[in-house]
Amino acid sequence: MERLETEVIIVGGGIVGCSTALHLRQRGVPVILLEQGQTGAAASGVNFGGVRRNGRALEELAIAARSLEVWRSMPHLLGSDCEYMVTGHLKLARSEADMVALARHAEAQAPFGFKVEMLSRNALLARFPYFGPKVLGAAWCESDGQANPRLVGPAFARAARAAGAIIREHSRVSTVARDGERFLVVCGDDREHHVEVRGRTLINAAGAWANQIAASFGEQAVMEAWSPQMVVTEPFPYFLKPALGVVGGDVYLRQIPRGNFIFGGGYGDATLASGRATVMPKETLGSCELAVQLIPRVAEATVIRVWSGFEGITQDHLPVFGPSLTTPGLIHAFGFSGHGFALSPGVGSIVAELATTGATDVPLGPLSIGRFAKESAETPGR
Amino acid sequence: MTEGGSLRVLIVGAGPAGVRAAETLLKHGVKPTVVDEAPRHGGQIYRQQPDGFKRPPRTLYGFEAHKATRLHQAFDSLKERIDYRPNTLVWNLWRNVAHVAGPKGTDEIPFDALVLATGAMDRIIPLPGWTLPGVYSLAGSQVALKYQGCAIGQKVVFCGTGPLLYLVAYQYKHAGAEVVAVCDTARLSHAAYLMPGLLAGGSTIFKGMWYAAWLKLHGVKVLNGVTPLRFEGTDRVNALRLITGRGGEKTLACDAVGHGYTLKPETQLADLAGVNFGFDTMTRLWLPAIDEYGRSTVEGVYLAGDGASIAGADAAELRGELAALALLKDHGMAVPNARMVALMRKLGRLSRFREALDRLFPVPATDVHAINDEVVVCRCEAITAGEIRHAAHELDAGEVNRVKALTRAGMGRCQARLCGANIAELVAHARAVPLEAVGRLRGQAPIKPLPIALTRKADALWALNRPDEPWSG
Repeated sequence: MERLETEVIIVGGGIVGCSTALHLRQRGVPVILLEQGQTGAAASGVNFGGVRRNGRALEELAIAARSLEVWRSMPHLLGSDCEYMVTGHLKLARSEADMVALARHAEAQAPFGFKVEMLSRNALLARFPYFGPKVLGAAWCESDGQANPRLVGPAFARAARAAGAIIREHSRVSTVARDGERFLVVCGDDREHHVEVRGRTLINAAGAWANQIAASFGEQAVMEAWSPQMVVTEPFPYFLKPALGVVGGDVYLRQIPRGNFIFGGGYGDATLASGRATVMPKETLGSCELAVQLIPRVAEATVIRVWSGFEGITQDHLPVFGPSLTTPGLIHAFGFSGHGFALSPGVGSIVAELATTGATDVPLGPLSIGRFAKESAETPGR
Repeated sequence: MTEGGSLRVLIVGAGPAGVRAAETLLKHGVKPTVVDEAPRHGGQIYRQQPDGFKRPPRTLYGFEAHKATRLHQAFDSLKERIDYRPNTLVWNLWRNVAHVAGPKGTDEIPFDALVLATGAMDRIIPLPGWTLPGVYSLAGSQVALKYQGCAIGQKVVFCGTGPLLYLVAYQYKHAGAEVVAVCDTARLSHAAYLMPGLLAGGSTIFKGMWYAAWLKLHGVKVLNGVTPLRFEGTDRVNALRLITGRGGEKTLACDAVGHGYTLKPETQLADLAGVNFGFDTMTRLWLPAIDEYGRSTVEGVYLAGDGASIAGADAAELRGELAALALLKDHGMAVPNARMVALMRKLGRLSRFREALDRLFPVPATDVHAINDEVVVCRCEAITAGEIRHAAHELDAGEVNRVKALTRAGMGRCQARLCGANIAELVAHARAVPLEAVGRLRGQAPIKPLPIALTRKADALWALNRPDEPWSG
């Protein structure tokens, strides 16, 4: 039995939690982070690795802009660039309707201060001559990029620790509650490994597991756990610089300078209770086919590994980000719905700002957990 | 309970264990499906040569020629009556369906019970220069000779430990290669003390002694208690440098080296099947947990042969039969109990032999602790011992999956089959913790590289299983 006191308790050691811990330490705030497994090893560590604004929901663009500042500062902030590279991102159209949707979205993104260029099939092939016949055009965003997800969470955790954060791995939270003016978070089930942490502020950064914490305070998002599937191939001569997505999101592909293709598509078994998201082989084959349809040369590559992980995907595919509506001092930052990697370094910076000043100039209103108030009463999240 | 004819059993591997399992099942009216990566049955030890090659069994299998022939004949006589798929890889398992890739593309094989007879592969300890052209694994050297009739070089050194060392050297010498030396890290000094156990293996130990004596008689240096230091050469290996059992350094000029430190089980499919693993202190490896019949911790999944734990080909035949009998019994079929008891008794004797053999040829697994930072440990991704130590120390990675994530060690085409144990040794040593404390690399599909071109021959119809999202990816 162990009792700990702090200012801010963070539940969840993904990039959101670890970045929050680092940014809070930069503001001099005492912080304890509790992670059920290893830092940055769940969705944060096993995702595709896209760092893009192209095609992103408008509600997320201000967060993306903040996050970009953090991405750019990583060598200084973390001592590692986490293999972040500005390579550009192409969002591809495979039908005329896709082209219309891309153009409409590009127009809507225009006021947000970054350039998205619409490319017809001919214009696309003139610059990127490797696409298959199914690709009809694209939205091109030169300022987008990609990074290595495996490195980011652990790098934030190390930097946060070095800055004085207490990070406890293998600490599964069993209870969260109010205890007078403070929060009480309990880890471990048996007496011997029982840890009680008390703090003034609680950050819910528990990803796919976060709804359980929200529910403890009488609110919930409509969210399900899904497990996006990924594939990596053996190295192949490097030719594909931009990261690729498609309208509809059923496949996404990039190549790293080492030569490996990394692509995702399909979803596996995502039973949170099982502890591990497993890969469904049929979905792997399906994603191979979709990847080859984008770039025929991918057919010459050889798959060496597949993997998956848990993602909390909300009903409207937008994150739950901002203060609790039931409990002062509780801040939610979860449910990034399969596109949180690019945002999460910046989310930590915004959470730290919220936790210490009570406000941020990033508009979070549309992301409030309150938007589910009506639905969640009827359909509880999985 | 179950009618034999309707029970769907999948056997993976057509070596000694897989063949005997298939034979036993068929004898009881169950027609199994046998999937094997090789073009012809026999496994690694009784691997058959390609069509058109005409070397007699005695040349290929030596003393074991009669056993090889018997096993080949056994399978030849039944393969028409079962669903036998050579050249086929089980690349993933999903619940009770095996996903395979073969000459006709990808396919699915649903099963009620699974017998994994996946065999073994070389165990390698890295040394400076081990990735030079001309340096081969020991069993790989044997395969080159046995299958294609090729030698790895003209002037060859064999180094490492285990009985295979002497057999391969003998086969090379017999085939006409110049074998410069056999360099065994084992001292063999307590052979006499281990003799009771060694004799439990019947004549096997005498065959081993015969190989060693024959080699010496034919001018091959047999060095015991050596410590290999490095493979020398720039474009290709030209020498092995070592410390002899007496303590002096020695350079053995050669144009090829076969090195290996006994064998390790191929456990990737057991891992994907969700079988529990336990840490084995003798071999310092994580092995699938099985009962004495071969039942794993997952219902309906059985393990047999060296894919479960290394016990050799004779034991593999018995274990294949025993696992099949246990499977039949578990599915409510009448099996001869007396036969099961007899198999257990024979296996008990062989396990005493194996234990003595393991002590006679101890794997110097901890030697890797001393290798220089510059030595490549993960060959596929070219990750050095120094990078692994850096992750363990400076990046605070105390668990092997974390080290893999941070360094790429074990992430390449072999998926850590070759380097996994060495990565774990380095991490444990760097952190001064017991080996079992750094965990076990999780198995991930595909268990061997899967060409995308192969998957496309399959029916690519894909029922979309995804949330409907407009802007992801």
